[in-house]
Amino acid sequence: MYVEMRDICKNYGNFRASDHVSFGIEKGKLVALLGPSGSGKTTLLRMIAGLETPNSGDIYIDGQRVNDVPAAKRGIGFVFQNYALFRYMTVYDNVAFGLELAKVPKKEIKKRVTELLELTGLSGMEKRYPNQLSGGQRQRVAFARALAPNPQVLLLDEPFAAIDAKVRTELRNWLREMVVKLGITSIFVTHDQDEAVEVADEIIITNHGHIEQMGTPMEIYKSPDTPFVAQFIGRSSIVEHYERLLGFDPVEGATHAVIRPEFVRMSRSEPPQHMSAAERGIVKDVIFRGNHLDVVVDVGGIPIVTERSLEKDPVEIGEQVYVLIYRLYIFDENQTYLVENKEMQEGEVFYI
Amino acid sequence: MEQKKSTKYILIAISVLFIFVMLILPLFSILFSALKEGFAFYLQAVTTEYVRSALLVTLLATVIAVVVNTFFGIMAAWLLTKFSFRGKQVLATLIDIPFSISPVIVGLAFLMTFGRLGWTYPAIRAINQFFGTNIRITFALPGVVLATIFVTFPFVSREIIPILNAQGKDEEEAAALMGAGGFTIFRKITLPQMKWGLIYGIILCTARALGEFGAVNALSKTRGQTFTLPLEIDALYMSGTDTSITSAFAVSSILVIIAVIVLILRNIFEYRSKNSKGIQ
Repeated sequence: MYVEMRDICKNYGNFRASDHVSFGIEKGKLVALLGPSGSGKTTLLRMIAGLETPNSGDIYIDGQRVNDVPAAKRGIGFVFQNYALFRYMTVYDNVAFGLELAKVPKKEIKKRVTELLELTGLSGMEKRYPNQLSGGQRQRVAFARALAPNPQVLLLDEPFAAIDAKVRTELRNWLREMVVKLGITSIFVTHDQDEAVEVADEIIITNHGHIEQMGTPMEIYKSPDTPFVAQFIGRSSIVEHYERLLGFDPVEGATHAVIRPEFVRMSRSEPPQHMSAAERGIVKDVIFRGNHLDVVVDVGGIPIVTERSLEKDPVEIGEQVYVLIYRLYIFDENQTYLVENKEMQEGEVFYI
Repeated sequence: MEQKKSTKYILIAISVLFIFVMLILPLFSILFSALKEGFAFYLQAVTTEYVRSALLVTLLATVIAVVVNTFFGIMAAWLLTKFSFRGKQVLATLIDIPFSISPVIVGLAFLMTFGRLGWTYPAIRAINQFFGTNIRITFALPGVVLATIFVTFPFVSREIIPILNAQGKDEEEAAALMGAGGFTIFRKITLPQMKWGLIYGIILCTARALGEFGAVNALSKTRGQTFTLPLEIDALYMSGTDTSITSAFAVSSILVIIAVIVLILRNIFEYRSKNSKGIQ
């Protein structure tokens, strides 16, 4: 493990921001700390950076315990949420700042800064001030500045939060390419699951100061360990009385289930297969989502959301349709169970 | 739209009339009165022994007050905006005391602290005896300087604090993370952030220091030695003869001219701070 947290606790007054947190990150990985706001993800990042001190527990970077190592000596680069560029310095001076502090010779500074500005596509902007740059450019300056002293670990606090939606997607890909190219171990904080799923090699999900689950985006998507993750990831909605649905038996102690649109197939005519599993329902609502429609179907009092392609013939509110439910995440207080529809065990492979 | 337009013109009329009657007219009447006896008299009036001494005392007190308060103001603003500690709010409030206390009371307070009846007098006397010196604070230059410092105390810090607050601690944190020490951070990050506010604060502080009357009046009684310009003007005016009143106006015109210069500087710097590079 390259970066490791061992049993970290951190309190702010009575508020417990980190509650016995342990995890390890391998060298060269790009990892997302994902969670709702107030779940303690930024605190974790700041503790790794040395901007906060844990009340208890150990932090290791490259096998060395760094709790007592000052932030500047930990070999980390940090990209702040609002970039925190030095507004009274030019782009060049911003990137050179860390190198100047390290007393690197002027010539080498020039070489390194030029190289980084080229890498980040900012050549020719050396003399500009931060307020003369676009949001995306600022982020890239922040990135270049963090990379300048050749850090071993790159930490990014909500790196895309301050950027408009269109540029964001572009920057995500760019960041991912950069990190892969440089092979630098990177951790970024986000509350946006799409961002985490798209960019990260691994995702750490935080909630109420503890870690809910850690794994690849696929693992987290396919097999959520905890009820929280099941609800947090994907387009999840909660179903009470899931046992009323065809093909699902009640699980002892578990009263709720999570259902996602991709678990459901809806058709206007009776499905040729799995007749016994097909539920009848009434279309309650049709919502235009840009590239597809959301169709809400009432199945015996339970609202079920499905997605429908715009290419298919439209359904109307009040219409009777057939619904196949492939699987559910049934959960009690501590655990989730992935339950397949028992009426349709044979045949049809489902993929996400 | 019509309604709005008429409101606008009424408001403009009221403001202009008020400013003209209350501010411009009196200031111009000073200039006119100052030149009533002719230019030769004016020159003579502003170059008497008393006036020159008063000008010197005023400038000395102003320069010292501005230097001291600039230093203190920067430190206080730096402390109050970039650090967290217990009692921060109390300290911030204490800095504003000079705004809320009448200058005369400040003068009397210094009198009761450093004067013959003051509780520090035995200490001052002991020092004087030991070193064979004759240091006096009240009714002497140190008193004038102290009073000026007290009265102009919050101007610099009050100008800087909102600016630094608005800019947050992010940049400092980023610099610290890269290994910058406290002083480097201050010099490279914090000081440039406060630059325009600082200049503005110094100008305001200067203007206030030049015009201070009440506090200095309580501590300065010797014309030609410890009198400042405002006190000299008062003395000239109070002596009551025709020519002395004109002299009072002549001397006043010096302060008016300085005030106008300060006003112009203020506007220049306000404009530049708005348009300076790097402000977002």
